[in-house]
Amino acid sequence: MTEPVRANTAVVPPQPVRVAPAPRSQWWGVWDQFRTHKGALAGLGFFVFILLAVTLGPLLWTIDPTFIDIRARNQGPSLAHPFGTDQLGRDTLARMISGGRTSVSVGLMAMVLSLILGTLVGVLAGYFKRLDGLLMRFTDLFLALPLLPLLLVIILLFRDPLRAAFGPETGIFILIVGVIGITSWMQTARIVRGDVLALKEREFVLAARSIGTPNRRMITRHILPNVLSPIMVSATLGIANAIITESALSFLGLGFPSDFPTWGRLLFDSTDYLQQYPERVMWPGLAISLTVLSVNYIGDGLRDALDPRIRGR
Amino acid sequence: MKLKTALLGAAAAVALTPVMATADAHTGERGRDGEVKVIYWQAVSILNPFLSGGTKDVEGASLILEPLGRYDQDGNLVPFLATEIPTVANGGVSEDLTTITWKLKEGILWSDGTPFTSADVVFTAEYCMHPEGGCAQLAKFEGVENVEAIDDLTVKVTFNEPKPNPYLPFMGGQSPILQAAQFAECTGARAPECTDENFNPIGTGPFTVTEFRPNDVITMAANPNYRDASKPAFATLTLKGGGDAAAAGRAVLETGEYDYAWNLQLAPEVIANMAAAGKGVPVSAFGTLVERLEMNMTDPSPDLPEGERSTAKHPHPILSDIRVREALSIAIDRDLLVEIGYGQAGRATCNLVPAPAMYASDNTSCMPQDLDRARALLDEAGWSDTNGDGVRDKDGKKLALLYQTSVNAVRQDFQALIKQWWEEIGVEVELRQIDASVYFGGDPGSPDTFQRFYADVEMYANNFDGTDPEAYLAAYTCDKIPSPETQWQGENINRFCDPAYEELLAELGRTGDLDERGRIAKALNDMLTKDSHVIVGLVDRGRVSAHSNTLGGVILNTWDSELWNAADWYRTE
Amino acid sequence: MLTFTIRRLILSVPTLLFIALVIFLLLELAPGDPMAQVPMTVPPEVKEKMRLALGLGEPGHIRFWKWLVQFFWIEPLNLFDHYFGTTFAEGKLRVISWQTRSPVMDIVVQRLPQTLWVVGMAYIVGVLIALPIGIYSAYRQYSLFDQAGTFVSMIGYSVPPFFSGVLLIVIFSVQLGWFPSIYDTTHVVNDWASFKVQLRQMIMPVMVLALQTTAQISRYMRASMLDNLNQDYVRTARSKGMSEMVVVMVHVLRNSMIPVVTVIALGVPSIFGGAIITEQVFKVNGIGQLLITAIQANDLPMVQTLTFIFAILIVVFNLIADILYGVLDPRIRYD
Repeated sequence: MTEPVRANTAVVPPQPVRVAPAPRSQWWGVWDQFRTHKGALAGLGFFVFILLAVTLGPLLWTIDPTFIDIRARNQGPSLAHPFGTDQLGRDTLARMISGGRTSVSVGLMAMVLSLILGTLVGVLAGYFKRLDGLLMRFTDLFLALPLLPLLLVIILLFRDPLRAAFGPETGIFILIVGVIGITSWMQTARIVRGDVLALKEREFVLAARSIGTPNRRMITRHILPNVLSPIMVSATLGIANAIITESALSFLGLGFPSDFPTWGRLLFDSTDYLQQYPERVMWPGLAISLTVLSVNYIGDGLRDALDPRIRGR
Repeated sequence: MKLKTALLGAAAAVALTPVMATADAHTGERGRDGEVKVIYWQAVSILNPFLSGGTKDVEGASLILEPLGRYDQDGNLVPFLATEIPTVANGGVSEDLTTITWKLKEGILWSDGTPFTSADVVFTAEYCMHPEGGCAQLAKFEGVENVEAIDDLTVKVTFNEPKPNPYLPFMGGQSPILQAAQFAECTGARAPECTDENFNPIGTGPFTVTEFRPNDVITMAANPNYRDASKPAFATLTLKGGGDAAAAGRAVLETGEYDYAWNLQLAPEVIANMAAAGKGVPVSAFGTLVERLEMNMTDPSPDLPEGERSTAKHPHPILSDIRVREALSIAIDRDLLVEIGYGQAGRATCNLVPAPAMYASDNTSCMPQDLDRARALLDEAGWSDTNGDGVRDKDGKKLALLYQTSVNAVRQDFQALIKQWWEEIGVEVELRQIDASVYFGGDPGSPDTFQRFYADVEMYANNFDGTDPEAYLAAYTCDKIPSPETQWQGENINRFCDPAYEELLAELGRTGDLDERGRIAKALNDMLTKDSHVIVGLVDRGRVSAHSNTLGGVILNTWDSELWNAADWYRTE
Repeated sequence: MLTFTIRRLILSVPTLLFIALVIFLLLELAPGDPMAQVPMTVPPEVKEKMRLALGLGEPGHIRFWKWLVQFFWIEPLNLFDHYFGTTFAEGKLRVISWQTRSPVMDIVVQRLPQTLWVVGMAYIVGVLIALPIGIYSAYRQYSLFDQAGTFVSMIGYSVPPFFSGVLLIVIFSVQLGWFPSIYDTTHVVNDWASFKVQLRQMIMPVMVLALQTTAQISRYMRASMLDNLNQDYVRTARSKGMSEMVVVMVHVLRNSMIPVVTVIALGVPSIFGGAIITEQVFKVNGIGQLLITAIQANDLPMVQTLTFIFAILIVVFNLIADILYGVLDPRIRYD
């Protein structure tokens, strides 16, 4: 009987270090397994590259992303402007770097927030029958609320207090991460709950319960690791979602001010110029897609690496 | 002869009539040219302009309903259902300016075949002036005391005071004539229940509704009873709505699916690129729309207790100084703004009233851009950069401004440019954009409306109906300042308050002589712009629309509905 | 399961009423004003009169009660009248939109055909493509097919429709001239030729929407299949000599469907919700466009009604999903 699914992981040569006994923590094992996943490594490499580019980039490429050089409008790639300039003569590379910092951090933070919320609600609802009805009706409510008025209300209520407490930029950042996070957790919650409902009746869970495992440990050791794969998918889709939602927010005037470039906004603004300057949509489009793709591969690798059944072989 | 109220239009209107006639070079039988397709990127919601007031609805309705007279492309008055425009000279307007008497054309039929009479005109006034109707065009009927039918074809409107500009009711796309028979049961509180009537009004215009899908598409057919047997040239008209300006432009200029696209608010080079496809041509015209900055004369600081922000209690700590306002104004390069944002459809202006010529001041004090003088003005005002951080300060307070506007691609480019210029003269600028439905809405509970003005500087565009700026200039009086007491309603956005201005404004209200009116209006305009810089004009915004190469007879009109002369449209081969 | 269903259905009534109330309060609280689209040339006094004519002068709880009565009593009566020719609802005020001054439900019914044609079709197409892709990608993990599928679906998911839609229009409408860039909602399908026209005008929006659906559902399908493929029961089934087909398509698939069913069930109500951006790009003017224009114009009765219908669908389809869990995995019990 073949196991086609694992065909290619089976040929991975055994890691010599694995012979070494006890003191190695299990995380080394995870890393070893992760390293064997080529896609995951490439994804991780690219993601680190993006992170470095957006954090260290401004040190190397010192043009101010909001500086308008009106004589240098609508230029193609050149030495002075490797990615060209936009309709006001702002340097696209500088804007990509600065936009990336915002987009990646909003994407990651909002994704993490929505995952935490979604997983929490999902696990609690699936595991504790008493909470199920209430939490799921709560989820239904959130799914049903019209997003745009909800955002308007949130911004009405919290923009000025946050601006006063954290300053205009950090304030709006917290607001946007919060807004995206609390409006996108519901799907994860429903999915996780569905899986937990099924898991709860599995033999190993019943076995663990019969030996008196407390609920907290049941959830962290038995339930959570087994719902990891849908969570990983939610995470990858969530990052893409957050980056795009952020652009929709700024388009609606609910996001960052317009002098604050983000990838989504760059993509949106250049869509009008699609025919004249196709390269202008290409940069943000590529950046978003590749980031999402790299996170996806990292997620794939992580999921494999965290699965003890695979790691063991 | 102070009552030389031969208001600008009337004389020219006579001169214009032959021009309209030349369109008839393409005569033939009605409906000979098949279908014409028009796209509006804002969809029409209702075909009764008295219940909506939205531009898209007024213009959609103008294909079906007609007023007694319209404004033409030059702002002149042209008779439509009336035989002529009443003036003092021809006796239509009384010497004391309190009555205007309209003579209706003979033999005009509604699209259902019944005759159009003065009773319909009287009914229309009753319909709009009904206290419970919530009529959107009520301002057109302000001061109207009585509308009476002298005979079947004569209507007399009496005002409760002399009206130097009596051409408000029944004039222009905003106040067309409804059929009394159709709407008789729809007055007052019952107005919104008359769905069928509001969706399919019977009119005298060139088209009638075949099917109306609100906020989507209207299909229309030529009116079989239209007064000119050879018009309209098109048997059917489709008015599609929705999408955005870019898509509408593409459908006319690039794919040729549609014949006419309304109001293409796009970057000039995007339009130029679309036009290069060769399927259609963009057309532009100027009206009275001015994109401007308003300087807040009151303090919007969030540190003030709620209810005192942006009220007359606290003058603005920075902008109360005229030198600062002037510095901000002359730091702006308006020609560049025009080039980037509007191209052919924009002109740099320092004025509030840019047109018509007799009311437009020759004020160009804000041009050209002069950064050095701006810096000098700020120095003079005591703002200097004492700590070397690039931002001027005075008494420990930074010269920092919050600059807000609505979400709009062109406005965002303007904000970026202006922010850079102001930073060059040492002013720190924070930008803010607000969703248009909030910004331009009057919700007293929202801190983000343009009336509430919780910012230091804000940008938007405004214009006036018709050609007379009196009501427009009357917005800047002390009693029209939005405040908590008025639920933040009011038109005096920048909180300008000057007794001299109000005195002059009152004089304008008493003056009938046209030249004199022009002089006063210019003086008022200058008081708000050149002399005080509370309103900083940026761009006189024209209108760009586009029509396909095969659609003839299009005359773009910014003074009335854009579809005002759809009856004259025809297909060129 | 039956008692569970009945109990949930009964419970959903107070849930929905509560949701309706929250929506109403949310809309009340939201900044925005139905006068936003009235030109600035209309003076504030006139706008105030217009607001009063819309009924905005009445206190909130009365307006909410009126809406409840109109939605739950008068609208069903109207429907009854419509089918049986009776006149129970005559003279009673239905839920009236502020923008169009016409009954909201009439417009909703008018919008349904294009919404179902485009958004519904895209969903069905998307799901039908996604399931086999997800299953096969998992079965042959890291094969060329899987890699290509991952690549295409992730790119497809991360490119927003405001861009992909315009790109398609520029390629297929402007450059090639194959498809119309503007959807004709008045088009009637009554023969083969008109069906082809319909197909041509819906192909681009369906493509854009289906790409998103496919990307999402195929990822969940793949992940869930992978989880199950190396479970003990699969090994058992194989060792019993069951054919690969039966093992994968019956045993593994059935056990992998729970997250997928959740996602699909969550997606069905959003068909009704329409696709705001895609509809806008292609001028489909379905329910998504109706909702967004209503929100922009602060047409509260319209927004409230649309959102509430949406809420009903969400509650119903989540219930269906819960029931399906029990069918797919009989060990899940709610009683």
